[in-house]
Amino acid sequence: MKNIDKELADIVGSEFVSNHPEEKFIYSRDMGTMEPAFPDLVVMPNTTEEIQKIVQLANREEIPITPMGGGLTLSGLVRPLKGGIVMDLKRMNRIIAVNEKSRYVITEAGTSQGMLQAYLKKHHPSLKHSVPDAPPIATIAGNVLIHGSGHISQSGGFHSEMLNGMEVVMPTGEVVRIGSCATSPYWFSRAPLPDLAGLFLGWAGTTGIVTKLAIKLYPNRLFNDVKAFVTEDSEQVAEVIHRVTGTQVAEDVNVVMSSRMPGFQIVFMTYSADTKEELTWKRNLIRASLKKFIDDNVGGFMVVLPVLKGDFLEVPMKNITQFADEMQGGGFEYIGAIMPIELFSEAYRTGIEIADHFGIPHFIIVRVVGLGHCMMFAYAYAFNRADEADIKKVQAALEDTNRKVLQMGGIPWKAEAPAQKQIIEHMDPNTFALMNRIRAVLDPKGIMNPGNWEV
Amino acid sequence: MEYAEILHRCFRCGFCKLPSDYTDINCPSYLKFKFETYSPGGRMWLLKAWLNKDIKTTPRLAEILFSCTACGNCVEHCVFPAFKEDLLNAFIAGKGELVNEKAIPPKVRDYFEAIYLHGNPFKRLRKNRANWATELNLESFSGQTYLFYVGCLGSYDENGQKMAYHTAKLMIDGGVSFGILGDKESCDGNEVRSMGEMELFKHIAEKNIQEFRNAGVENIITLSPHAYHSFKNDYSQLGGHFNVYHYSHILKDLIGKKEAVTSGTSIPVTFHDPCYLGRHNNDYQAARDVLRAIPGIELVEMDRTMNNALCCGGGGGNFYTDILGGGPDSPARVRVREALETGAEVLVVACPQCILMFEDAIKSEGISEKLNVMDLSEVVQSGLP
Ligand SMILES: Cc1cc2nc3c(=O)[nH]c(=O)nc-3n(C[C@H](O)[C@H](O)[C@H](O)COP(=O)(O)OP(=O)(O)OC[C@H]3O[C@@H](n4cnc5c(N)ncnc54)[C@H](O)[C@@H]3O)c2cc1C
Ligand code: SF4
Ligand code: SF4
Repeated sequence: MKNIDKELADIVGSEFVSNHPEEKFIYSRDMGTMEPAFPDLVVMPNTTEEIQKIVQLANREEIPITPMGGGLTLSGLVRPLKGGIVMDLKRMNRIIAVNEKSRYVITEAGTSQGMLQAYLKKHHPSLKHSVPDAPPIATIAGNVLIHGSGHISQSGGFHSEMLNGMEVVMPTGEVVRIGSCATSPYWFSRAPLPDLAGLFLGWAGTTGIVTKLAIKLYPNRLFNDVKAFVTEDSEQVAEVIHRVTGTQVAEDVNVVMSSRMPGFQIVFMTYSADTKEELTWKRNLIRASLKKFIDDNVGGFMVVLPVLKGDFLEVPMKNITQFADEMQGGGFEYIGAIMPIELFSEAYRTGIEIADHFGIPHFIIVRVVGLGHCMMFAYAYAFNRADEADIKKVQAALEDTNRKVLQMGGIPWKAEAPAQKQIIEHMDPNTFALMNRIRAVLDPKGIMNPGNWEV
Repeated sequence: MEYAEILHRCFRCGFCKLPSDYTDINCPSYLKFKFETYSPGGRMWLLKAWLNKDIKTTPRLAEILFSCTACGNCVEHCVFPAFKEDLLNAFIAGKGELVNEKAIPPKVRDYFEAIYLHGNPFKRLRKNRANWATELNLESFSGQTYLFYVGCLGSYDENGQKMAYHTAKLMIDGGVSFGILGDKESCDGNEVRSMGEMELFKHIAEKNIQEFRNAGVENIITLSPHAYHSFKNDYSQLGGHFNVYHYSHILKDLIGKKEAVTSGTSIPVTFHDPCYLGRHNNDYQAARDVLRAIPGIELVEMDRTMNNALCCGGGGGNFYTDILGGGPDSPARVRVREALETGAEVLVVACPQCILMFEDAIKSEGISEKLNVMDLSEVVQSGLP
């Protein structure tokens, strides 16, 4: 690779370019089990113009670029599989504007979930965004671009559905605007224009670098509560989800299963209200929707102790991160399978089987996306980072899980490079051919995060 | 390396980069350098890689480790109770390994040498240690109730000297019985310890303990929270048991017992919690009680306050080595901007390192007209507004 350090330093300042072994080491890996892939350089731009210049330079020299936000997918998506530049975008963290009336925020791509959360709390307390349970340093863009989901996903869908518009530096260096902001000073929606957002959503940074984006905001209500419904019959859960989402009252519905409570499926439903009366009314609606299961003696509501209530209402939930210390070894990775809710029982049984087969304690967490339109079914496996054999075992379990998910009719989400290959094997060949044609047009030199979505 | 057994347990999730409400980056070293390597999790993984020989000893590694200000934000906010208490200990142990390898940044080496040879980092004469006190005619310690230990910055730095002066004056006026060690005083060693030079720290601490014992010291008032921390928590491990107070505790006893009633003009001030008083010793109230007792002061809080305070960037020897200095994202400059945003006219501090860092930052930001930095004792003395 041609030496471009000096040119990069001229663009971003020498303190924000590194080819030191320390940065190469850290930016070669994430917290999951994927093998490291070393960058030649790490760069931290501060503006869209700087990114444009870097992309032009990389194009000229045919050097790969891997965009990075928080780098927290756990599936190794920000490892530069073919070397080149890792572009850490976290310097670009300015919140540009909040539109209170039309409920959206425009922000730079590197703004973290936590920063936006704190900003809204301080300056626009009546509004909130849908926060994923990822650690709060995860970026808004990184999460939207992988079709993330979070605390308002039951009512609002995937975070990519909450996207109103974007500014993107194309792989050839042009800056484009997507959504209403392409035509209007307002970033209110992607309709009614031809929806070009799909060129960038779910592509793992292979089609361009998002520099700004607008996402939808939602009412932040004063009173918040959680109800928990428990059943030991996995066949019932899809119907439980179907009924409770039918009330359109809950904001977030999660199902938790773990080897610490073997056999139990606990459905947590959070909801919020402006008044206590409204909260009671919503609680009653949720109760009524699940009465059938109580009458049939196949499930019941569980008392959530006030201490635990705090944990479940916490945004993001820290205890999900804490799973990383389950094996006292600082690591976990999960397959988040996106699938229809009717697959719940089969997916659950499969999870138990895989965990038993590999001798790993099971931890499964499911987030309902949309009004039961689908779910993110996460099979999480903890490992001890200091134990190579343990890592290998979890890698094998993850691979097996991906295979079984695809067999069931689900699709691994934020899929690691080997899982992307498995998905492609199941994909309509014409679809994959179209993906490749699009990529060839957008990125003729193939510089954007190569090694992803490839066979 | 000590604490090596916790390194691999870090998930590199990054909670430790932030305060509890996630407002903004709160690890001063990561704030300034921005690469993941400079975050607490980055340090954990690099130390592990270094022990595994996946990376070598380099000046960059040394810079990464020594840019840690020992502020304790990571310890406070890491979400893994099983090992979070030892995060900073691991970083200090890592620095210690580089000290043993003699692979430390030149300014760190200068610091250790100066402390060893001169008892202060500025290579100043020991006999001038009490120059700040000449005008006050202070007594040498000879069995008074308290030893007033002013430390290196209190002895030699212009701002520190002012702090020492105002504090001493208030104590005289308040009838506190105290003396100073003058040219017998030597560096407390807290920064030496936080930079991993354990042998030198032990040497300093044992000498000081002997000095204090010989003089019959039982109670110590410190100007610096760093000395306060060291005497209170580390000297006791070496057999030096003293009752230790920070000067804010004494001021609280003198004036801070009741809320002031303000009529007429008031002046907005904000208080910056020093890491070694706050996060390291869980004391957030004494200085605030003092401020609340002064008529005309309106105490406004910064977004990041108490256990969430952003460090001034001076700890871990950085006030001297200046690894974190310069540029708009240096922690001190970010912090003075945060203070200004509250509408405060005065940024009150209670640590001679903080005052040094902020005085510089205010000049670099060009906001001297809008924001004043004052230490707590000067605020009390001047009786603002
Ligand atoms: C404990 C834990 C809990 C989690 N819980 C959730 C959850 O509840 N919901 C959820 O959705 N996810 C969750 N995740 C997964 C993941 O951490 C999040 O989705 C996270 O928000 C991803 O954002 P990031 O900034 O880390 O993205 P990154 O990992 O940095 O990037 C993701 C992908 O997008 C690309 N990319 C990043 N930024 C850009 C850009 N500006 N332009 C172009 N491409 C870009 C990258 O190349 C990569 O392919 C969790 C992860 C952990 C560790
Ligand atoms: S030190 Fe703790 S909070 Fe920080 S990255 Fe490591 S595990 Fe996460
Ligand atoms: S002690 Fe402070 S400076 Fe050092 S790693 Fe922790 S948060 Fe960063």
